[in-house]
Amino acid sequence: MNLERITEKLNILADAAKYDVSCASSGSKRKNENKGLGNASNGICHSYTEDGRCVSLLKILLTNHCIFDCAYCVSRKSNDIKRAAFTVQEVVDLTINFYRRNYIEGLFLSSGIFKDADTTMERLVQVAKKLRTEHKFNGYIHLKSIPGASDELMREAGLYADRLSVNLEMPTEEGLKLLAPDKDRKDMIQPMDFLRNEIIQRAEEKKLFKKAPMFAPAGQSTQVIVGATAIEDDRAILHSANHFYKNFKLKRVYYSGYVPVLADNRLPALNTAVPMVRENRLYQADWLMRFYGFRVNEIVNNDQPHLDLDIDPKLSWALRNMQIFPVDINKADLQVILRVPGIGLLSAQKIVSARKFNRLNWEHIKKLGVAVNRARYFITCNSNAYERRDLTGTRIKQFILAESQSKYLKNKPDQLSLF
Amino acid sequence: MTTTLVYDGSFEGLLTAVFEVYEHRLEYVKLVKGEWRSIALFDNVMQIVTDESRYGRVLKGLQKKLSPSGMQRLYVAHLSGIDDADSAALGYIRYVFDAQQNIEEDYGNRYVMRVSEIVKMMRREKHRMEAFIRFQKLQDGLFYSVIEPDFNVLPMLIRHFKNRYADQRWMIYDLKRKYGIYYDLHQVEFMEMDFSEGQGAANVISSFTDDEDAYQHLWKNYFKSVNIASRKNTKLHIRHIPKRYWKHLTEKI
Ligand code: SF4
Repeated sequence: MNLERITEKLNILADAAKYDVSCASSGSKRKNENKGLGNASNGICHSYTEDGRCVSLLKILLTNHCIFDCAYCVSRKSNDIKRAAFTVQEVVDLTINFYRRNYIEGLFLSSGIFKDADTTMERLVQVAKKLRTEHKFNGYIHLKSIPGASDELMREAGLYADRLSVNLEMPTEEGLKLLAPDKDRKDMIQPMDFLRNEIIQRAEEKKLFKKAPMFAPAGQSTQVIVGATAIEDDRAILHSANHFYKNFKLKRVYYSGYVPVLADNRLPALNTAVPMVRENRLYQADWLMRFYGFRVNEIVNNDQPHLDLDIDPKLSWALRNMQIFPVDINKADLQVILRVPGIGLLSAQKIVSARKFNRLNWEHIKKLGVAVNRARYFITCNSNAYERRDLTGTRIKQFILAESQSKYLKNKPDQLSLF
Repeated sequence: MTTTLVYDGSFEGLLTAVFEVYEHRLEYVKLVKGEWRSIALFDNVMQIVTDESRYGRVLKGLQKKLSPSGMQRLYVAHLSGIDDADSAALGYIRYVFDAQQNIEEDYGNRYVMRVSEIVKMMRREKHRMEAFIRFQKLQDGLFYSVIEPDFNVLPMLIRHFKNRYADQRWMIYDLKRKYGIYYDLHQVEFMEMDFSEGQGAANVISSFTDDEDAYQHLWKNYFKSVNIASRKNTKLHIRHIPKRYWKHLTEKI
């Protein structure tokens, strides 16, 4: 191995891939049944970058040569940067050797578009095929589906990969026209549509014939860039996300705060801060839609086109809907408890279990993991102490903010402790 | 009046203690690990002799009243080696036997709550180890790793690593507790040896395969390249990887 050359390639091609924020390696249940190497289950973060993001996969581009010129992308044709390309074998060797040392859960392979969509996609598929067939590799593989590649190649990709994704990048069609004039939104929607149908059909087959091959068992995801244009407000972004969850059965939508890397008068200036708080609020809103039973209209609408930056979207919703509160923690339905600020999924379930034994008081609730400093304004329990008195939403917001200044106002996104 | 129960610190010993509690209708008890002789000076001390016919009956009774996952949680709590783990387990077991219904989810009870907390800490440490273990390849093909987990989680790691690395020989050694687990392509065995003194570490490094350094170098480079400087957030970084784990992490050395 020519270490110097490989190191250089790795530096260039990992650097170019890092703006793709998806690093999930979960959702697949590929088992190690052939006594080969690896398995895919819940997904492990093997390390964390100094900016606190999970490192789970070897995330690289096959090449950063690209025939397109998307304004927001470092690899765009007109950008004067060092270019490099891995061979198929080089990617395979890196993946296997990193995996054996427990550095990673698998591979996330994307690429600039060299020559044309099909040639690029074909090369990505080769890597996955080699890993699965020659090395009996059962770890996680996420392939980028190249917009415009043929159905045939997509189908083959689905046979080897756990997850496929097409990045929409711009949440709306107008945004895309403005910043990526070479790209056609139809070329992105088309493979998503194809994959959705294929995934559904294969899953049906798998139910009937156990031996039927797996097809992209972790489904498909996409990424949208946040804050690259001013035309896309949070309402547009979340409605678009909701549309793709519902109609394309996407597993995840990732929101990536735009990192200014290029000078271009269509984009925010180079010294603009990355919109990290906004990105975090979008993730929180996304969770509310997927796990907490909120409809997108309850979170953003014409009166509320942007998410609050100083408080999370659940608290924000609660303050707009004070007539629903307080709720009695010992009686309310799980669905209602889930809507209380300061109560997460797990605590809500524990509350519902634990109250069968005892009528819960503040002490219990605290022990069950509820953030009482927030929840207390919205609930009653087995105790006379009731905190809300007759506070208005604005007062409550002031109280909560005063108590947790640092937590809310600092630039500190955190995907783990959401509410 | 409190009775002190002196037992051998094993799970079986703990269950035997439960037996004695019911046998002698004890109410307030305190568990002490260790030798009978050194503690026998106090009043009201009872020696627990670990005994299969006794702990077997307790185990059977528990299996009837607890779900399999409830059983497992109890064992995991014991395994932790945390100071009050066995006392919490004892309180938990007594509550199980005294209650009419299944109490596994009664988080209002302090023993149920404490066991649940300990299990949570153990699971967290287990997950951390599954993430932070770094194998180094030796010349004879063995993938070797050293860890210093906060709690005794090695037994909980076996299944994960055996499933995942079925086609390579590997060993994970707990430097704090001075024992390891070794997989020989067929099964996993516990091994006891003392690496902490003498030449152990140096010997290991001199027996790396040729490309071990290369891959460590590549991994460190990768780790550096994926960082986005304009998003730097050291606090969050350290919360995810507390500093005490750094010394065994290739990318942080
Ligand atoms: S096609 Fe992809 S790699 Fe090429 S410029 Fe556009 S976003 Fe970048």
